[in-house]
Amino acid sequence: MSEASYSSSEMMTVAASRMLAEDDVCFVGIGLPSAAANMARLGHARNIKLIYESGTLDTKPQVLPLSIGDGELADTAKGVVSVPEMFRYWLQGGKIRTGFLGAAQIDRFANINTTVIGDYANPKVRLPGAGGAPEIASHCQRVLITLKHSNRAFVEKLDFITSVGFLDGGDSREKLGLPGKGPAMVITDLGILEPDPVSRELTLTSVHPGVSVEQVVAATGWPLKVADKVATTPAPTEQELAILRDLNARTQAAYN
Amino acid sequence: MAQHLTLTEAISRYVLPGSTVAMEGFTHLIPFAAGHEIIRQGITGLTLIRMTPDLIYDQLIGMGCVDKMMFSWGGNPGVGSLHRFRDAFENQNPKPLAIEEHAHAAMANAYAAGASGLPVAIFDGYQGTSYASVNPNIKSVTCPFTGKVLAAVPAINPDVAIIHAQKADKEGNVWLKDIVGVQKEAVLAAKVAIVTVEEIVESVDDSQGGTIIPSWVIEAVCCVPMGAFPSYASGYYPRNNRFYIKWDAIARDYDTFSAWMQQYVLDSKDHQQFMDKLREADYV
Repeated sequence: MSEASYSSSEMMTVAASRMLAEDDVCFVGIGLPSAAANMARLGHARNIKLIYESGTLDTKPQVLPLSIGDGELADTAKGVVSVPEMFRYWLQGGKIRTGFLGAAQIDRFANINTTVIGDYANPKVRLPGAGGAPEIASHCQRVLITLKHSNRAFVEKLDFITSVGFLDGGDSREKLGLPGKGPAMVITDLGILEPDPVSRELTLTSVHPGVSVEQVVAATGWPLKVADKVATTPAPTEQELAILRDLNARTQAAYN
Repeated sequence: MAQHLTLTEAISRYVLPGSTVAMEGFTHLIPFAAGHEIIRQGITGLTLIRMTPDLIYDQLIGMGCVDKMMFSWGGNPGVGSLHRFRDAFENQNPKPLAIEEHAHAAMANAYAAGASGLPVAIFDGYQGTSYASVNPNIKSVTCPFTGKVLAAVPAINPDVAIIHAQKADKEGNVWLKDIVGVQKEAVLAAKVAIVTVEEIVESVDDSQGGTIIPSWVIEAVCCVPMGAFPSYASGYYPRNNRFYIKWDAIARDYDTFSAWMQQYVLDSKDHQQFMDKLREADYV
């Protein structure tokens, strides 16, 4: 097999897309989650149902939307519902299996922050805020999270919890009585982290090709737990790269 | 019963200094032209409500019209920050901006409660998050039947709701379709509703799908073609993603922003002239 050359961002998108199953129903966030979810739909998970919070059910966009409510999403959807209906019946009603979120910051129990860095009233960085994320994190049966790996993003303590992962670890999430089981996996540009079954602390279980465990530990703002056996993520296949690059090229052309 | 008014007349009649105004649109059908008319008329002291404030709220904030904003996601979708919002919140430029921050589920439910004549919205949300620590309007109630703890937020009942729609008929019945966001709830929750539309037709009916908002719950209907630009009106024109990307550079610096607003918004007598200038400058 010939060695394909690819970027770390492509590796991250491909790894994330592989976590979606053929029969998944996925609530998709804009950005990398949207790229990965559509890649899955065009590749190994052709039957997957993609749902965006603007109200589009089972949408099949040909180009990636810039915003959560681009016309492309409605034009290619099985149906469109109002936003109150989306949050009440579909999300809160437990009809959506997988929630797929991005984040600005994450902590060791996979709580995420997309609201503010620094003091709330006098922030260092004011981020866009919650959107649908808090309830996606609590109501979808499982949650996938994707973000780039760095000390600034993987922090010991969040300034603000926008969306809850495993709160303080152990059974603290269960005690809140949330319907969903919480984050299943965090996919970064360096590797894959999964929660420990008991402590719920994020644990490095896979590194992408060419990435060392030490590199991931160094890019994490707390002493990262590492699995006894760390796998190497399979490199993107030619076919996966072709699908992703076609999608990105179509998207690029549509915005120029 | 809705009256057909010019946008100038509708805004001056119903949007008063200090009003609480919800200009909704979930990416689609955003009432940009109405926002520009508020800026032209120099109406200030506003409390603005919207789930997804984007460029038009950035413009209203940067032009000093806004004292407070209630929102659940504030950014330029797919592009980055709202620079005028951040400058006002972080640096009090051009003046201080108060915020009340929520998540989407809270605001969607609060609009539905407002439209339903209820004082409170109850939903399963916010648990484990920091939101209640920064927003005193996020509380909880215990279900009297199951004991489950639920989130509670006050209903939203704006003084004025402004939305954009595809069309209205001569009686002022309004029709909109595709991504309908929270527009119907905003209209029904508000004391006064203004609707701008792409065109006035002989009659609208529900045989073609979509949502009808009847004339008797609307005060004013204004015909404003391209009134949602650079947002979009499905069936009429697409979202101009290029403009959203360009806005980042315009809004980043306060002086550049102010000059742009003077040239394109304040120095245009109405939306048509604004659109003509944008076309000449290759923004459309």
